[in-house]
Amino acid sequence: MLKLSGVSLFAGGKPILRDVNLEVADGEIHSILGANGTGKSTLASVIMGLSGYRPTSGRIYFQEEDITDLSITERARRGITLAWQEPARFEGLTVAEYLKTAQKQAGNGWLSPRECLSKVGLVPEKYLARAVDATLSGGERRRIELASVLAMRPKLVLLDEPDSGIDALSIECIVDVIRTIARSGGSVLLITHHEEVAAMADRASSLCGGTVLKTGDPGQIARFFRNHCQECMHVNAPLSTELSRV
Amino acid sequence: MFETGSDFTAIAKSFENSGGDASALLDKRFGAMVVSHNRVLYSNGVPGLRMESEEIPTGIKARIFVEPGAEIRNPVHLCFGVLPKEGLQEILSEFDIGEGAKVRFVAHCTFPNAERVRHVMDAKIRVGRGAEMDYTETHYHGPEGGVEVLPVARIQVEEGGVYRSQFKLIEGAAGVVKLDYQADLDREAVCELDAKIYGKRNDQIVINESLHLNGEGARGLAKSRIVASDHCVSEVIGEAVGNAAGARGHIDCVEILKGPHARASAVPKLVVVDERAKLTHEAAIGSVDKKQVETLMARGLSEDEAVDVVVKGMLR
Repeated sequence: MLKLSGVSLFAGGKPILRDVNLEVADGEIHSILGANGTGKSTLASVIMGLSGYRPTSGRIYFQEEDITDLSITERARRGITLAWQEPARFEGLTVAEYLKTAQKQAGNGWLSPRECLSKVGLVPEKYLARAVDATLSGGERRRIELASVLAMRPKLVLLDEPDSGIDALSIECIVDVIRTIARSGGSVLLITHHEEVAAMADRASSLCGGTVLKTGDPGQIARFFRNHCQECMHVNAPLSTELSRV
Repeated sequence: MFETGSDFTAIAKSFENSGGDASALLDKRFGAMVVSHNRVLYSNGVPGLRMESEEIPTGIKARIFVEPGAEIRNPVHLCFGVLPKEGLQEILSEFDIGEGAKVRFVAHCTFPNAERVRHVMDAKIRVGRGAEMDYTETHYHGPEGGVEVLPVARIQVEEGGVYRSQFKLIEGAAGVVKLDYQADLDREAVCELDAKIYGKRNDQIVINESLHLNGEGARGLAKSRIVASDHCVSEVIGEAVGNAAGARGHIDCVEILKGPHARASAVPKLVVVDERAKLTHEAAIGSVDKKQVETLMARGLSEDEAVDVVVKGMLR
């Protein structure tokens, strides 16, 4: 489904991503674990093709097509989407309109906006007519973001810390959304700090200093993350000894 | 007796094009006034609402009274239009909303064929103690932009009264728009001024709104949402004056520029006379927010479609 080959990104002369090699298979849930500042969100931005995130070197392949030079829209129309950690807010745009915009990519026979809202634990009658603006709480806005990516029936969804600042009840919703996407054949790249969320993945990778240190079983990577990364003080520059131990 | 001939039909059609329900114009349950250039084509009062009009060479004089305590259930429709390509229309109006009354006006101004039309509105508005008045004015212009819209309003909101207005000019080219609104608020009075304009081609937009918070606990908001595209030039001047204890005023301005030739400026002015008043402002001028656009692009919209969605939402 997705393959990153030697992807590096430099910003202001500093390496943000370094020679990232990563593969996500069809229908796979792949979690990315890493401490703050290790390049996780940058990785999602590079895959989505956001402005300012074009790889300095390396290529990105999606369903065996080189998408490195494609625009965000072109990637989205091929089935890739991103749920931001801090989603944008839109004055005057209703939740119903926002979800319908995403739903156009899904085609017939997919979940309705109402069903997508229910999946994320929101009562449709209370939310469809509301604006996606500052009147929504952070948690509500993040749930609507999840409903929006779900409405799109994506082939690959990049979830950037969807569990950030969310309670246990909402984490159940996140897990349900991820499973729904995976059941429909979609793949999920899940960026998270939460080991319990990461544990639902089929595989996981640990990111440190902008590079993938290790990929494998989620439990194994979670242990590696717990033992090696959470106390890591060398953000953006893992020690060579650390790298050599992996 | 009023004439409901071809001018009425043309104005009613424009009214429908701008989202109105023309059948309400002749429904006796609705207060309404329809004016073409300087002719009053139709006028209907309802219990509690009295409308007087006088034709003058360049427009009309209108006096609108709502009796104290009256609650006008249905919106009162005001339709003003100039159908020829050229002309001057002056609407000199007085609104007097009696103590404790409630009323909502829906005004539609239509100039579908304008090439050189000047539309002047000069309104004196008194909202009595504890009364509520809503006034929504939607403009429907043709594509040429040959209209000058010059509305002036002097608004007095008495103790505990509420005045809310919304000015919308989204359809067609704006032409020259110069809004000049000043509101004086007594104790615990509330005033919300909201302007939404989509400027295109060589449009010139000047919004000048001033809130004088004279009474204790008075609250005012002046909110502007402007999109300036092509060679449009936009200027928003928002003023709040805190003259009393507990007065709260806020100036909120967003101007979006589309294209390299449009220009926008915002000038907030906050004057605190009583140290116990609190005034705030926020202004954002620039292109459409990148994150908003990229979010919609990540849902499959093209960049142009995404910008359109953001802009239309903001101007809604």
